[in-house]
Amino acid sequence: MTKNINVTVNGTQHTLEVEPRLLLVHMIREVLNMTGTHIGCDTSSCGACTILLDGKSIKSCTVLAVQANGKSITTIEGLAPEGGPLHPLQEGFKENHGLHCGFCTPGMIMRAHELLENNPNPTEDEIRWGIAGNLCRCTGYNNIVKAIQWAGCKMRGEETPSTEPEFV
Amino acid sequence: MGHSLKRKEDARFIQGKGHYVDDVKLPGMLYMDIVRSPYAYAKIKEIDISEAMKVPGVVAVVSGRDLEKYNLHWMPTLMSDTQMVLPTDTVMYQSQEVCAVIATTKYAARDGREAVRVSYEPMKPVIDPFKAMDPAAPVLRTDKPGKKDNHIWHWAAGDKEKTEEVFSKADIVVKEQMHIPRIHVASIETCGCVADYDKVNNHLTMYMTTQAPHAIRTVIALVAGHVGLTEEKVRVIAPDIGGGFGGKVPVYPGYVIAIAVSFLVGKPVKWVEDRSENLQADSFARDYHITAEMAGTKDGKILGTRFKILADHGYTDASANPSKFPTGMFSIATGSYDYDTTYMECDAIYTNKPPGGVAYRCSFRVTEAVHAIERITDRFALEVGKDPADLRMQNFIKKEQFPWKSPTGWIYDSGDYHAGLEKAMEALNYNDLRREQAEKRAKGELMGIGISTFTEIVGAGPSKDFDILGIKMFDSAEIRVHPTGKAIARFGTKSQGQGHETTYAQIIAEELGLPAENIAIEEGDTDTAPYGLGTYASRSTPTAGAAAAMAARKLRDKARKIAAYLLEVSEDDLEWEPGKFFVKGAPEKAKTIQEIVFAAYTNHPQGMEAGFEATHYYDPPNLTFPSGAYICVVDLDKETCEIKVRRFVAIDDCGNIINPMIVQGQVHGGLTQGIAPAMYEELIYDEQGNILNGTFMDYLVPTAVESPKWETGHTVTPSPHHPIGAKGVGESPTVGAPPAIANAIVDALAPYGITHLDIPITPYKIFKALKEKGVF
Repeated sequence: MTKNINVTVNGTQHTLEVEPRLLLVHMIREVLNMTGTHIGCDTSSCGACTILLDGKSIKSCTVLAVQANGKSITTIEGLAPEGGPLHPLQEGFKENHGLHCGFCTPGMIMRAHELLENNPNPTEDEIRWGIAGNLCRCTGYNNIVKAIQWAGCKMRGEETPSTEPEFV
Repeated sequence: MGHSLKRKEDARFIQGKGHYVDDVKLPGMLYMDIVRSPYAYAKIKEIDISEAMKVPGVVAVVSGRDLEKYNLHWMPTLMSDTQMVLPTDTVMYQSQEVCAVIATTKYAARDGREAVRVSYEPMKPVIDPFKAMDPAAPVLRTDKPGKKDNHIWHWAAGDKEKTEEVFSKADIVVKEQMHIPRIHVASIETCGCVADYDKVNNHLTMYMTTQAPHAIRTVIALVAGHVGLTEEKVRVIAPDIGGGFGGKVPVYPGYVIAIAVSFLVGKPVKWVEDRSENLQADSFARDYHITAEMAGTKDGKILGTRFKILADHGYTDASANPSKFPTGMFSIATGSYDYDTTYMECDAIYTNKPPGGVAYRCSFRVTEAVHAIERITDRFALEVGKDPADLRMQNFIKKEQFPWKSPTGWIYDSGDYHAGLEKAMEALNYNDLRREQAEKRAKGELMGIGISTFTEIVGAGPSKDFDILGIKMFDSAEIRVHPTGKAIARFGTKSQGQGHETTYAQIIAEELGLPAENIAIEEGDTDTAPYGLGTYASRSTPTAGAAAAMAARKLRDKARKIAAYLLEVSEDDLEWEPGKFFVKGAPEKAKTIQEIVFAAYTNHPQGMEAGFEATHYYDPPNLTFPSGAYICVVDLDKETCEIKVRRFVAIDDCGNIINPMIVQGQVHGGLTQGIAPAMYEELIYDEQGNILNGTFMDYLVPTAVESPKWETGHTVTPSPHHPIGAKGVGESPTVGAPPAIANAIVDALAPYGITHLDIPITPYKIFKALKEKGVF
């Protein structure tokens, strides 16, 4: 048994026939072959699958594809045109060493996108709580926070802070 | 070198164009899902696949009996033990692989998995390792003819009699029992593979989450060579890997089953475990029960140490250690202190739990060793009434004493422990903190300061002592520079996020004067990369980084000859500055490296080989010994027993630094993986062998909220034997952080006479300890 759905993905309309139980993350990765959104757990704890659904960051492993019918989703591939120019968040992660293995990064960036949209000048605490649904095993989070702060600056049109590492 | 170059690899990751194993899609690809045992110890009575085979899309169900026909149902482990790929009659741990369902879609494979009916006859499992030692305990490894107990092996190091003598005569002897519990690497990407066997060409391509692709290729050829998969017919490709930390070193049964199925059906087979399987069945780390003792004078001089360990390996010793080291590098547990007497011994035991352990960002058991020595040192300081910083300063090996031979025979290459601890103390205003603590104690407030000063041992390793399955632990670099002065370099290591595409380019750039942006770095494809033992145990910079420098120097020697030819002078008349050779005294007569390389292809001297390429296989003469001084400040809430890490300063010494930004990133990440076992993570089993926290709901990986704002710095004592003086740093923070945090919390509780708590130290553990002392 399948259902017909219409989903706008990164600005392009798609008409798909899907099983009702198909997870949105599998629709993105397997049906549309967009593998930038990752799967890191089975309990909606890790956030690697985070995308935007009608502008709100959601965990696509816990949403069914049919729930996206008639809606618009944005994945990491849709943040900026392929090959650049980069979104300030993408640039911020690169300039501030906000990633190591890159596996949590797309989800982290998409979460940060809504965070900054709702709160353009967040405190460090607000950022840490804001990304508490996204696990990272590699970076120790310091530089992810720095990257988001840097991107926030750029998006507010302010001068961005130095990206040189600080030592005691 | 020394520049915080932004990373070259980031471009693909930030745009969602990384290429991980689960992104691999091949025509005709099948999906594999594994049926797992709910019981920790049971006989398999029957596997009924009839319902599963009716599920649309299911192609086959593979069991131990099927693999037995090809003698693939058991496989060797790295420590000369044996491990089941699929069982034929008995399961030995909860979540053990029982059979594999192969289907045309991911969802059909899962449907098939749910439809397989296995009937078991449960038996009473052996979970407690101390009970497993009991002569009356059931013998678990009935597959080993003549085995009459659950004991695996005994290991010892040091001088037993001398240590007994020192302990019997010492003023002070302190002793603590410590358990360092099981934890899991839990990298955000789980393990998986796509096994692609091509029947026409008799060739296997194995896309795999592996930190050691060449070792895997050789192992496949050794295990399956008899069915035609000889080493030239196997290609292992480790694409981008989402975190390894040692968890992607072992050969898990899922990989072997996928290869076997692909071989039989001639189609690609994808197996990617989900998170529950990863936490519940993949190799764990740690699980050492240690009795730690220290003997010394009443003035605080350390005279000797003694360690006795019970190592719980699960149902088989599937550790990933160099073969001669069943306890890894635990014998570094003598630590950073100047004394000459120690004895350590270990008994390894079988239990009905997942097998292992992996070397989880620990340099082969150095996390356990450093936890033991740093905890017992603090305990000793408490007993003699000395400040733990003073006591360490008093006992440190001095800078002038290097190279220093440890009581267990390691030659520490270099270090300046005094400078490291001084720098950490200064960064925190240590004396002010102690004053503050005294004031707070007078008011009954709980504040603690914990120190950890560790010596690490990495860069495995010199061929005389180190091998994995007999293969020596050298590593390699191959550099080829193109006519237009751009280069490609390939290595036997495999980054899982450590930044090799940037740091190796920086090393070569430093040696040859080619810009790092012009040097492409490749790893992970066994068809093209030179042979190496992979990336784990902080070994890449010490081995492959050295190989990069040595290969680049071979190229510089060739460049000198070509420059001499082009400038019509003798080689001795030339001087080098990064990027060019010039004539001594006539600097305008010069040739850039680009001009020289171009000439290697267009105008090379007669009698010289054309082209510009060099390879080096580096056999390290010794390990390297990074060190560090970490200080942690905690405040405990007396009512809720909540622990707040107020500050954490980490001073690391990893020798010469290639990229300060990347080194700092490694320290941040390792510190978070250090606070994790100190306060949050532990794999918990009940008496039935059920895992109680096998998902991320209950296995508490720190988020950005739990992870403190780390403060880092460094001292630099170059390694005298390493070509660029670098030591490696990736694991120092996971090694050094847990005891710093544990020491801080125990320090906070010292007024109540609490001398030790096992990690993870939770508010509940603190509550129980205070309750025992009558506080609640």
